Formats: sequence, structure tokens, C-alpha cells
Amino acid sequence: MNGKNISWFGRVSLGLGFAFLYVPILILIVYSFNASKLVTVLAGFSTQWYSVLFNDDAVISSFGLSLKIALLSSTMSVVLGTIAGLVLARFGPFRGKGLFAGMISAPMVMPEVIVGLSMLLLFVELQQWFGFPAERGVLTIWVGHVTLCMAYVTVVIRSRLVEMDRSIEEAAMDLGVRPLKIFFLITLPIIAPAIASSFLLAFTLSIDDLVITAFLSGPGSTTLPQLIFSRVRLGLNPEINALATITVLVVATLVVGANRVMVKAEQRRTRLAVAT
Amino acid sequence: MMSRLLSLRDSREAASRGARRPTWWQLLMPSGRSLVTAIPYGWLLLFFLVPFLFVLQISFSEVEIASPPYRALLTRAEDVLNIALNIGNYSYIFGDPLYFDAYLSSLYMALVTTLICLVIGYPIAYTIARAPEAKRNTLLMLVMLPFWTSFLVRVYAWMGILDNEGLLNKACIALGLIDTPMPLMHTQLSVQIVMVYAYLPFMILPLFSNLVKLDGRLLEAAADLGCRPWETFLKVTLPLSKNGVIAGSMLVFIPAVGEFVIPELVGTPESLMIGKVLWMEFFDNNNWPMAASVTIVMLALLILPIIYQHKREEKALARAAQR
Amino acid sequence: MVESSVHPAAGTAASKPYLQIVDVVKKFGDNTVVNHINLSISKNDIFALLGSSGCGKSTLLRMLAGMETPTSGRIILDGEDITHLAPYERPINMMFQSYALFPHMTVAQNIALGLKQDGLPRKEIDERVERMLDLVQMKKYAHRKPFQLSGGQQQRVALARSLAKRPKLLLLDEPLGALDKKLRQQTQLELVNLIDQVGVTCIMVTHDQEEAMTMACRIGIMSEGQLLQIASPGELYERPNCRFTAEFIGETNMFGGHVVEDEPDYVRVQTTELPRPVRVGHGITGTLGMPVWLSVRPERVGVSRQQPTAGGNWANGTVHDIAYLGGFSIFHVRLDTGKVVKASVPATRWREEAAPTWNEPVFVSWADTDAVVLTQ
Ligand SMILES: Nc1ncnc2c1ncn2[C@@H]1O[C@H](COP(=O)(O)OP(=O)(O)OP(=O)(O)O)[C@@H](O)[C@H]1O
Ligand SMILES: [Mg+2]
Repeated sequence: MNGKNISWFGRVSLGLGFAFLYVPILILIVYSFNASKLVTVLAGFSTQWYSVLFNDDAVISSFGLSLKIALLSSTMSVVLGTIAGLVLARFGPFRGKGLFAGMISAPMVMPEVIVGLSMLLLFVELQQWFGFPAERGVLTIWVGHVTLCMAYVTVVIRSRLVEMDRSIEEAAMDLGVRPLKIFFLITLPIIAPAIASSFLLAFTLSIDDLVITAFLSGPGSTTLPQLIFSRVRLGLNPEINALATITVLVVATLVVGANRVMVKAEQRRTRLAVAT
Repeated sequence: MMSRLLSLRDSREAASRGARRPTWWQLLMPSGRSLVTAIPYGWLLLFFLVPFLFVLQISFSEVEIASPPYRALLTRAEDVLNIALNIGNYSYIFGDPLYFDAYLSSLYMALVTTLICLVIGYPIAYTIARAPEAKRNTLLMLVMLPFWTSFLVRVYAWMGILDNEGLLNKACIALGLIDTPMPLMHTQLSVQIVMVYAYLPFMILPLFSNLVKLDGRLLEAAADLGCRPWETFLKVTLPLSKNGVIAGSMLVFIPAVGEFVIPELVGTPESLMIGKVLWMEFFDNNNWPMAASVTIVMLALLILPIIYQHKREEKALARAAQR
Repeated sequence: MVESSVHPAAGTAASKPYLQIVDVVKKFGDNTVVNHINLSISKNDIFALLGSSGCGKSTLLRMLAGMETPTSGRIILDGEDITHLAPYERPINMMFQSYALFPHMTVAQNIALGLKQDGLPRKEIDERVERMLDLVQMKKYAHRKPFQLSGGQQQRVALARSLAKRPKLLLLDEPLGALDKKLRQQTQLELVNLIDQVGVTCIMVTHDQEEAMTMACRIGIMSEGQLLQIASPGELYERPNCRFTAEFIGETNMFGGHVVEDEPDYVRVQTTELPRPVRVGHGITGTLGMPVWLSVRPERVGVSRQQPTAGGNWANGTVHDIAYLGGFSIFHVRLDTGKVVKASVPATRWREEAAPTWNEPVFVSWADTDAVVLTQ
């Protein structure tokens, strides 16, 4: 149904678009190998900023913290988001469903400063009333990230469930499988790819979050984005270029790899289906 | 007679047997379902909805040098409940041009960002959606790749380019376009450029998923009826992609209003955006009540677009479920 | 009188009903989708529900499977009221229109799932799966995943899966709907043979009348949530009890009119579409002057150049159109009253004389016993 080739107009807009998207990142990478301390002067190839980076204890420890929080919050948000997606896609209408759906999707568009501040005020009040949580730190950041990420997970899972053929679950019920078992035996394996990709999404959102984290973190808990932010505020910094380069390369590898796996699986499916 | 009586009893027995609400299904369903629903529901109520009540409450309170730095609304002194409602924060917001300008300039920046993203994003989304199916996936991935990399990294990347000693100025001087560096960094322009850069994927993705569903035969039919390409675009493609345009615009506009990181890193110190004002009130001035009031006013501005966007999404999902 | 079989008691009186659907109603909100349906089916019957799209066939089937709960009414299977049993508690299995095979399980695992729920020993499960695979000739494909099978193969797996638990009742929702036409005709008889071989009571849903006529021993015609007639394929065609059935099953010529003569063994119907009253060779339960419909199948209508001598059921007109279909031709004859009558005439009819051509004046006629009077 589509033309076999892209028109010249398409080529130009894609070319300009990709240039806009990628040139800044390429420049960033080039300057990370710059020998000069001045980020604006090119002065020969060097990997010194990488060694500076790897010897920077603050970076290493904040990265560790970010990783830990990202793993914890993406796990929890996948659990909660999958349940929420199931509730919205399968449980039919119930009282308060509108509010539920609204609360789920609002954190995705709402400016993060709003979410961060309101959640912080909750924790402060909770502490006044119950003495818990005693201080802001990993726990409060985790709660914030889970709330943000589960919105995205829910959207992914819910739309997967909506497009899934309901009669597959009905067939299982017809064969004598009980509802709870159907979820684990039939539904979960079928939506597993969606769960995996929503986990990845939640992970990147959490490890990248700055604003909500800033409101919810305490003195002892500085995540990597917070550290980068505090340094970048002071101006350009070649060490950050090195860090950014690594981030870009890791993410690019992961995304391209995941994409290839998905494309391969899809191809295998269609090839086999055609072959028989 | 006897047999009729018997059959009557039979059927009544059968009815009562049938009417027995069977074990699991019915038992698990009402209670099991609400139990399952209660987990995410409770989480959101506690951590998303209730906090706004506290924001509202604190927005009516006064700063105090204490921990936490605000005066409680309700105090009990000798069995008398005192409610101290302070609307000073709000009258301040509406009276002081600083705040008013900040809101205005935030809305303005968000609007311009949305429009530029639309103009840049539409041709890209359209081209990818019309591309041969084999290439579509790769192209889409390439567009979304920057979105997966860190937001901060993307903003930082522009700092090196826009710097007054930065690449763009150097290139322009080298090309002989200008003699002295232009002030690019810490201007409205720099904020605008970086905001477009950061929010572009949020425009392209909904546009793409809308345009990809567009039936190519419609375009062929329009061409067949004698429409020129641009006529086809204006009369067929654009009206049909209305939903994508609205969704993309909402996804850019709403969060852009409250953007903090970009104006903080590349913006002017004087001209403030409201996200930055909120941040400063909270972190620098330690004026929590003021920050809360700023939040409430921002929320009041954004709640309608948020609800509108949500309703549209729900409708789209309901349509998808019908099929 | 045309037999009205809508009442449950009027089903096959010979054997005791195995499945009884008693006054079942299903409403979605204000929308009544299934409207007071009564139906009895005896053991080992193959029953087909036939109706146009959206008339509530699937909904009725889903109530039998337990996927929907009736708003009112009861469903009794083999003496047990199953109206409110959960789907996984019913001795009923269903083959879904989309097949609904589990995409992440192999063919063998698909078939075994239901058996595992019954807690059968492993060995027996394996044996039964083996036997089912044998039955549908899919042994070679036991370890394939559904997406590696063709449409016809998927259909056979779905059937094997729904038969594996030896259900008391097998439900088939558009069993061949997803196959292309050629494969469908070939599979129809195959499916009937399989069902007979297993010996299971079966209700199928279809909107393809040919499929229903080929496969089922009894057919229920459904329209807008109501069962209009229940009868054998032949009876439905020859003696429809209402206008809807007559027009739904096959082609027919329909004339509207009223009764002018009502005798025990015949009636005469006056219609403005024919030059003179029509004599029909069966009595009706009705009154003089009541409005009725007259149905005459095209293959019962004769076409001739000479005025028919016997009987009074004839009219003159001109050939308006001829559709040549090889073995027979359909003549569209426009009567002087303006009505177009279709006549299906076998090719052998034109041995002695040449077939009439366009605009030639001809006579159409039929015997007393070839018309059916429909009172609803
Ligand atoms: N869950 C439901 N909620 C509301 N209306 C429904 C529901 N299921 C079915 N209907 C409505 O009931 C009517 C009958 O649906 P049903 O699926 O039984 O038709 P059908 O006879 O099987 O048609 P088809 O031949 O197209 O499959 C339709 O108008 C449909 O819109
Ligand atoms: Mg149906």
C-alpha cells in the first residue's frame, strides 16, 4: 500500500531531522576524546577524560545508587503496572474506574516538578504524623519512581491486553482452567515481550530521572543524574562528555540489539507461517 | 398429577442447584477482583492523589523558620481549634508581575515549542509512516533512540554547541558570517532550541502511530480524483491525522509548561519559567508554602488539558477494544 | 398447517431431550440480543443455528459455554441445571471462531491443557493426546507451534482440543468461517464424519446456509434474537413457516395477498401481483380475508410458450432477463402486473423447442402443491 521508495521530500525531511537529532550527540562524543581541558577547543585525541571518570569515586558511587534504585523501581512498577493494566483491560467497568485510569495516566504528562513537590510534601506530613519515613532517601525516591514508571508500564501492558484475542483466555476457561491460573498459564506468557519492554522503559525512566529524585532524595543519596546536574550547572566539563558518550553507546547498543532480536523473531514467525 | 408434582420438584431442585453461586469463579471474582484492584489503586491514591491535598493545604499556610518550614493550618490551643487560612501566597502570585510573567512566558514557550515540534515532526513522522515496511522499523528506532538516552545528556549536548565560545559561534566566525560571537547561550532562543530538541520524540511517536494507520488507498484515490500532492495532504491526510496532531501537541505542551532543567541550564537568569520559579522558591528560598501555591496555580492551568488528553486516549483505547 | 416447532415440547418427540434451553433471554443493557429462546436437542444430534450477522447466535452459544450469563431462563444439560455454572465447571467444550489456540504452546500441549485440568495421570493424558492427533491426522505436527500451521491444520487442532475432554456437548462457532471457500466445502463432510465417529452432541453456529444444510440434521433459523423455525434441512426448504425463513433459505418468489377461499384441503389467495387467485393445495389455520404471503420456489415455476391447460396457477408475461448457468437457466419473467417472477429451468427442458429469448411473450405456471402460504 505504500510506495516502494521514499520521495525526495521525505528524504530531505528525514535527512534534516536526523541531522538535528544526531549532530549534537556526535559532537558530544567527539569532544569526549579531546585532549584539551577547554571543552570548546579541539586539541588532539586523548582518552584521559575516561580515566578521570573511572577514578571519580563520586560518579561510581552515585551510579551504583542509580542502578540500585532503577532496578528496584522498575521491578515494582512492572508488578503494579501489569496489575493495573489487567484491571483496566479485563475487569470491565467498576465504580471509580475513571478516577483510577486518570490517576494512572496523569504522571506521564504532568510536569515533574508538580509530582516531585507534592510527593515530598506527603512524606513530610507522614513523617510528622507517624515518624515514618524517618528521612528522605532510597525509599522515598523508589516510591516516586514507581509511581512515575507504573504509568508507562500500565499503558504498554493495557494496550497489549486490549489488542490480544480475548477468546484465547476464554478457550482456557472453557477447557477448565480457573481465572487466576489462566493469568499465569496463558496471559502472562503471551504478554511477556510487552512486559520485558515495559521493564526496559521503566528502567531507563528511573535511571534518568532528575526532578522527582531531587525533591525526594536526602543528604546521603545522590543519584547519577543529580551529580551530573550539579556539575553541568557549573559549566561544560569534559568528564561529563565522557560519561555522556558511554551512556549513549550503552543505550544505543541495547536499543539496537533489542530491536534486532524483535525483528528476527518476527521474521522467523512470518517465514515459518509462509513455509507451511 | 403425581408425575407433574415430581417434575415440579425436580425442576425446583435443579434450579436451586443451578442458582448456587459456584465456588471459585463467583467467590474469587467479586472479592478477588477488588483485592487485586486495590493494590495499584491504593498506591495511586496514597502517593499520587493524597499528596495534592497536602499541597493545597500547605499553599494556604505561612513560612516559618522551623522544620518543616511552614505553619500548620490547624492548631489546637486550649481545646480551641484554630484554622489559619493564609491566602497571602495567592495574592502575591497574582499581584507580583514576576510570577505572572513567569506563567505567561512558560505558556508562551510551551506553545512555541509545540508548534515548532509539530512543523519539524510532522514531515518526519509522515515519511516514516509512508516508508516501505522493511525500513519503517529501523527509521522509527533511529528517531526514538535519542529519547532512550538520558535527558540530561541531550540537554548537555547543546550546551557545548550554543556556548558563546561554542561550536556554532566558531563555525559562523570561520565562515565569515559574523565577526564577534553572538550571544546564544542563556537566551530565550537557546531555551527554545533545546526544548524542541528534547520534546521532538514525544511529537513524532503519536503522529507516527496515527499516520501509519492511514490507508494508502485513500491517498491514491485522492490523487486519482485529480488532487495535487499538497491538496491531497490538506484535504485528506491532515484532517485524518487530527487525532495524532492533538495527542502529540498535548504530550509536548503539558510537560513543557513546567519544564525546569532546560531553563535552568541554558536559560537566562532574569526571564523565568514557572518550573524554575517553583524550584527556586522551594530549594533556594526554602519557601514551601509559596512553592505549593505556585504548584496549585500551575495545576489549575494544566488540569483541563490533562483531562482532555486523558479522555481522548481512553476513547481511542475503547475504539481499539471494540475491534 | 405448517408445523410450528418453536415450542420446546414440539421438538423431536422420539427421544428425551439431552439439552434443554428454556426461555432464555440475554440483554446487554437495554439491548435484547437473545429473546425468549426455547430449544431441545437430543443426544448425538448435530444442530445448526443459522442466522444473519448480529442476530445473537454467538451470544446464545456463549451462554451455553458459560461465557455469558443469561438475563433469565435456564439451561439444562443431561438433567443438570447448568445455567449458573462457571465455564470451567461445565462438561461443554467449544471450538472458537478464531480457533483461539494458545500461541506459546505446541499442538500437543494445546490438546493436553484441558486434560491436565482434570488431573488425569500423565500416561493417560499422553495416550489421549495421541489418539486425538490421530483422529485429526495431525500426528506429524505434534510439536509445532500454532503459527507454524496452515489455517486448515489450525482448525483441526482446535477441533481436537475441544474433543479431547470428551465433552457432553460440543459447541462450534463458525467452525469453518476462517477457511477459504474451497477448503471449507471439503472440510464440511470431514468434520461431520469426525463428530459422528466420536459420537458427541453438537451445536454449531453459522451464517452459511449451505454449510448448515450439509452438516446438520436439524437447523434453527434465528433472527433478531428469536428462533423462528426449527426443522430438518429439507423441511425448512420445502415448508418454511414464515416469510423470513422462506427468503433466508434459498431463492423464492414472494407474493403478498389475502385469503379469498378457505377450505380444509386447499385455499385460494388473491394477490394484486397475479392476474387471478392462486390455488394452494394445503389448508391453513386462518380466517377468510387474512393477509398472507405466498412463496413459490423458482425451480417449481415452469416456463412455456403455450398457455398451460391444467390448473389455474399461471400468468402471462415477457422474458425480461435470462441468466445462463449451464445446467439450468434463471428466467426473469415480467408479468403484465409488473411483478418479475424468477423461474429456474433445467437445460433439458429445451430439447424439443428452442429456449425463449429476451422480450418473448411466455407463460409461467406452477402446480397447486408447489406454493406455500405463509401466515407470518
Ligand atoms: N458483550 C456485549 N456487550 C454488548 N453488546 C453485545 C455484546 N456481545 C454481543 N453484543 C451485541 O449482541 C448482538 C448479537 O451479537 P452476536 O455476536 O451474538 O451476533 P452473531 O449472531 O454471532 O453475529 P455474527 O454472525 O456476526 O457472529 C450484536 O448486535 C452485538 O453488538
Ligand atoms: Mg458470531
